[in-house]
Amino acid sequence: MLQRILALVRKEFLALLKDPKSRAVLIVPPIVQLLVFGYAATFDLKQVPYAVYNEDRGIAARDLLAGFSGADSFRLVAELHADSEIAPLVDARRALVVIHIGPRFSADLAAGRPAQLQVIFDGRNSNTAMIAQNYVRSIVNRFNDDWIAAHGQQGPPARLAMRAWFNPNLESRWFFIPGIIGMLTLVVTMLVTALTVAREREQGTFDQLLVTPLRPGEILIGKTVPGFVIGIIQATVILLVATLWFEVPFVGSLPAFYFGLALFLLSGVGAGLLISSLAATQQQGLLGAFLFMVPAVILSGFATPIANMPEAVQMITLVDPLRYFLIILRKVFLEGAGFGLLLDQFWPMAVIGSAALTLAGWLFRHRMY
Amino acid sequence: MSDRGGSAMRLRGLVRKEFLQIVRDPSSIAIAFLMPIFLLILFGYGVSLDADHVPIALVAEAPSQDSADFMATLQGSHYFAPRVMASMAEAEHALREGEIKGIVRLRANFSRRLRQSDGAAIQVVVDGVDANTARIVEGYVEGAWSTWLTAQAADQGRQLKMPVDFEPRIWFNSELRSRNYLVPGLVAIIMTLIGALLTALVMAREWERGTMEALMVTPASMTEVLLGKLSAYFVLGTGGMLLSVAMAVWLFEVPLRGSFLLLWGCSSLFLLAALGMGLTISTLARSQFVAGQIAIIATFLPAFLLSGFIFDIDSMPAVVQAITHVVVARYFVAIVQTLFLAGNVWSVILPNALALVVMAAIFLGITWRKSRKRLD
Repeated sequence: MLQRILALVRKEFLALLKDPKSRAVLIVPPIVQLLVFGYAATFDLKQVPYAVYNEDRGIAARDLLAGFSGADSFRLVAELHADSEIAPLVDARRALVVIHIGPRFSADLAAGRPAQLQVIFDGRNSNTAMIAQNYVRSIVNRFNDDWIAAHGQQGPPARLAMRAWFNPNLESRWFFIPGIIGMLTLVVTMLVTALTVAREREQGTFDQLLVTPLRPGEILIGKTVPGFVIGIIQATVILLVATLWFEVPFVGSLPAFYFGLALFLLSGVGAGLLISSLAATQQQGLLGAFLFMVPAVILSGFATPIANMPEAVQMITLVDPLRYFLIILRKVFLEGAGFGLLLDQFWPMAVIGSAALTLAGWLFRHRMY
Repeated sequence: MSDRGGSAMRLRGLVRKEFLQIVRDPSSIAIAFLMPIFLLILFGYGVSLDADHVPIALVAEAPSQDSADFMATLQGSHYFAPRVMASMAEAEHALREGEIKGIVRLRANFSRRLRQSDGAAIQVVVDGVDANTARIVEGYVEGAWSTWLTAQAADQGRQLKMPVDFEPRIWFNSELRSRNYLVPGLVAIIMTLIGALLTALVMAREWERGTMEALMVTPASMTEVLLGKLSAYFVLGTGGMLLSVAMAVWLFEVPLRGSFLLLWGCSSLFLLAALGMGLTISTLARSQFVAGQIAIIATFLPAFLLSGFIFDIDSMPAVVQAITHVVVARYFVAIVQTLFLAGNVWSVILPNALALVVMAAIFLGITWRKSRKRLD
């Protein structure tokens, strides 16, 4: 029996790796994508393009603007001289932020009246606008603190002392790169599994496979092993790039990482094989792969937190294996979690994986055309 | 003249053949119509960056009227779901377990320090793993803090005076509703998938099944074969696009401030580019299996991460910014976000539409060149 399975596994690997195009697709893109996405996926703004419309000639206005020109996260694109210049600049997306200082700014400040600072943001991407607004606010707050200190004014009775745990500089790259590992692993399992059964069905070789002495369970193992092995290798390479190249800290337990990875691969391969065995043609298999992969990624909590979703959608995320794997990745990478803290994430993936694999195996025989 | 008529007839026949194939395997129709409905409903309702009822812990080490006042501000805000905890140790444990996203701590000397000249410190700890949510929580706490300061000052008959009064104005989306920018972006992502999925396998399928050779022996030229495929799937894709826009406007109530006709025109250009990309994949791969694999790798994740849909392109390193120029969705995301939220801004639309034309021409050109009548 073992020999039969080994022969089948060998055949599956050959089918995947024999075609040089298919081989290249499996090896090169995930690594290139990790590098590119690793740099792309961040909510930290750099070089926010901003414009200044300064109607005030006082020193205070210049001091405030120095706070912007001195900050790494801002890049001056234009100095305006009329109100009418603002709209075209923002409309054309040349400036994300326009700082408007009115003519009485310095005079108001000196007289102890609140000086108005109007700042316009391009809200087309509301998240970027909100982050930029936080950046501007912190520069204005710093200016206020300095002014209060320099002029001996009474400060506010209480101030906030903020600190972030696990990620002191709030680098969102640390948050996203573990997530990218999960996404790319999911993509690789889809690549290997989603079209295999459908291709054999289309070419008629699956019927031949069914009349051999191989039992459906054995066919299932034969189809599962390649996705599993390639997924483990791929994830290991990606893990090395993430820690060595991007220097994301890995403070948790490595065995817990691999245990989670194994369960995730089982559920990913299971879903892929299920899709594949449901599909009559490769076109249908591809459609199924997308209908699974796209929601799995977007609802996994990768970019938008699950807590922000409505209750009903949160229920749907419970069957998304990527959801659990992302939590494991982030906890293992950043919080140093071991097995104990992750049990709640392990068992749902085990359930999803075994249910999907069982169903796929059953469909091998019961869905014939 | 007679040849022109013959060509039109052949084209009609080819389009008819494509439509018959589409109808026989309903997966194409599912791609064009079911996928946008399913994905838009799921994401339009599901995806949001607006944090609400964030669980946080409130720790007052020596409860007093002052600390109760401050906490009431946080408890009254719909941004937070605060839980009062007795000690910092308990709160830290909850943070580590992931039950809460932040801690606001008022030390035992809060009331006394409040009345001293250098003021009291309010300690705020946030869970930094999700840096974006952490920043949003910080911003909300800051908002509550300044509300509290203003109220305090008003109670004492004063006005709160900060030297500079920061007055943000958010254009195009004044209430910062994240759905307003996510839904148009999703339309662009979904259309990328539809365009590429519809055509990614069609050329490869003909080669694999040997029907391409059959087509070659007919008088139809390769250009006509390609045109036949393109026009059939273009009609299908346009249907999916209209459906998505209708849902964005009527179901999700995203304002469409620009002209609908302009949106239609730009979408058609984009659809040509997306279908062209699918045809290129299909032609270069020659086998459905490899074409499917390339489609999985090359369409979704690049469109999701590199189009400016979620992550700001200007903040990426120069090399990555250069790479984003080959992502078709990038141009369409810029157009759709502008047309929906800002209006007909030609300085954004023209260059991006031009880029779409170039991309469409490149993809269709490659397909046309690579699928001459030859056997190999």
